Amino acid sequence: MSELNTTVNLAGVELKNPVMEASGTFGSGMEYQEFVDLNKLGAVVTKGVANVPWPGNPTPRIAEVYGGMLNAIGLQNPGIDVFCKRDLPFLQQFDTKVVVNVCGRTTEDYVEVVERLADQPVDLLEINISCPNVKEGGIAFGQDPKAVEAITAAVKKHAKQPIIMKLSPNVTDITEMARAAEAGGADILSLINTITGMKIDIERQTFAIANKTGGMSGPAVKPVAVRMVYQVANAVKIPIIGMGGIRNGEDAMEFILAGATAVSVGTANFFNPRATLECIQGIEDYMRRHQVKDVKELIGIVK
Amino acid sequence: MKVQETGIVVSQKKLADGIYSLWVKTEQIAKEAKAGQFVSLYCKDAQRLLPRPISICEINREEGTMRFVYRVAGKGTEEFSGYRTGDAITLLGPLGNGFEKREKSGMLIAGGIGIPPMLQLAKELKETGAEVTAVVGYRDSHTFLADELKKVAKVYIATEDGSVGSRGNVMNAIADHSLSAEVIYACGPKLMLRAIKEFGEKEGVETQISLEEKMACGIGACLACVCKTVEIDDHSQVHNARICKDGPVFEAGKVDLS
Repeated sequence: MSELNTTVNLAGVELKNPVMEASGTFGSGMEYQEFVDLNKLGAVVTKGVANVPWPGNPTPRIAEVYGGMLNAIGLQNPGIDVFCKRDLPFLQQFDTKVVVNVCGRTTEDYVEVVERLADQPVDLLEINISCPNVKEGGIAFGQDPKAVEAITAAVKKHAKQPIIMKLSPNVTDITEMARAAEAGGADILSLINTITGMKIDIERQTFAIANKTGGMSGPAVKPVAVRMVYQVANAVKIPIIGMGGIRNGEDAMEFILAGATAVSVGTANFFNPRATLECIQGIEDYMRRHQVKDVKELIGIVK
Repeated sequence: MKVQETGIVVSQKKLADGIYSLWVKTEQIAKEAKAGQFVSLYCKDAQRLLPRPISICEINREEGTMRFVYRVAGKGTEEFSGYRTGDAITLLGPLGNGFEKREKSGMLIAGGIGIPPMLQLAKELKETGAEVTAVVGYRDSHTFLADELKKVAKVYIATEDGSVGSRGNVMNAIADHSLSAEVIYACGPKLMLRAIKEFGEKEGVETQISLEEKMACGIGACLACVCKTVEIDDHSQVHNARICKDGPVFEAGKVDLS
């Protein structure tokens, strides 16, 4: 069989393969480069960055749950100034696309970060309107269709790069939010962010994490994520980056067949630092096994 | 260089109630590890997906083996306690910075499950010719590792029930024997470390403390295991440092233990 074509296109940005990692699980790639050749990834998605440094939440910030974990990091980040001076030049050394995850407390915060990134070596912007662990911003923008459309339109107006709106699963009907983001001018959607959960430490008789609630991720959330990607793929025309519990190529293929153009590996990085590379390999193995030359032929074919 | 590899269990022994000693043979990690660093140990049961960060108790670089002395604190460590000679175990390491060894008289102060990393440190300090004192605190007469520490350090024991050594904690033992040194190396519960930090400040002695926190990645990416810093940290740009990457050993004066 001749060469495989694993390239995918996200709003005019061509990725060498559909695999990236999920924001917040990989820093800006520095810590993982000992395990992963970043040149091999379709894209690197950075930890969320705001206009100013954020201290994040008190510890403990994480807890393991059956087949997954809860986190409430609270979007700790060094702020856009240091990010532009330190993280972006680091990422520029690699032959991969750069996706910057943007967070904010207000619309103005998001716009400020997006404007600062306009002339930076950044390929795509991922707008985080779905973090469940911060009081202001984050999910406050992501649970009401009017708010989703408004923040999307506001960011889109100032963005030089295509924008990805990252959606929350903590809603009654995710397709409503997806349509609202599309109506607001989103170029791409990514889903799912984490599912709000709670764990009680029965010995200490208190919450396992200081924030009381945290976002659940890991293999246990995958069926929820696949279902939502499928629903959204059938509700909008813009491409989708699917994520939620992906560990390997087989998991990634479920998302692609359900309608995702690209996929992100998140929590799996914590138990397998090479999980992204294994996903790429797994997708290629699947293509050979099914004699498919172009991965794009597989996107959303399960109806 | 950090690596993820599959090690082989050399031996497993119960030292005290809920305290186990595990020797593992590794290809690379043991050769590169140093005192005060830790290793992420992975469960075989896939529902427990996060690695368990365990401090390094001893290293045999020639044989490529290392020892972990750990407390069964939950289902993951309970799984480890069932491993037998020849079993495979996935490890990621060596992680963290480790202690900065000084060729000066050193006082190693540790409580409970903070004691294991002190054994390797005591051995390495002794090799430099430094005078080594260890002050170790236990709940009761199950003074695990104390006899092994005695081979490389002058050991003072404190027990909460007064069954061995000074009654109370390590600070009581230090007071009872009027102990002092040029450098303090400490590991243990936060309350103990707070008292040691104060003691070090009062004595005007360099104090290195090893911290712990719930971790996910173990390599500095996820920002789960932060501690508060007195000054703004260069990496985070806020008053937080990463215990797994910037620590676990910190200069006591640089962290806020309040």
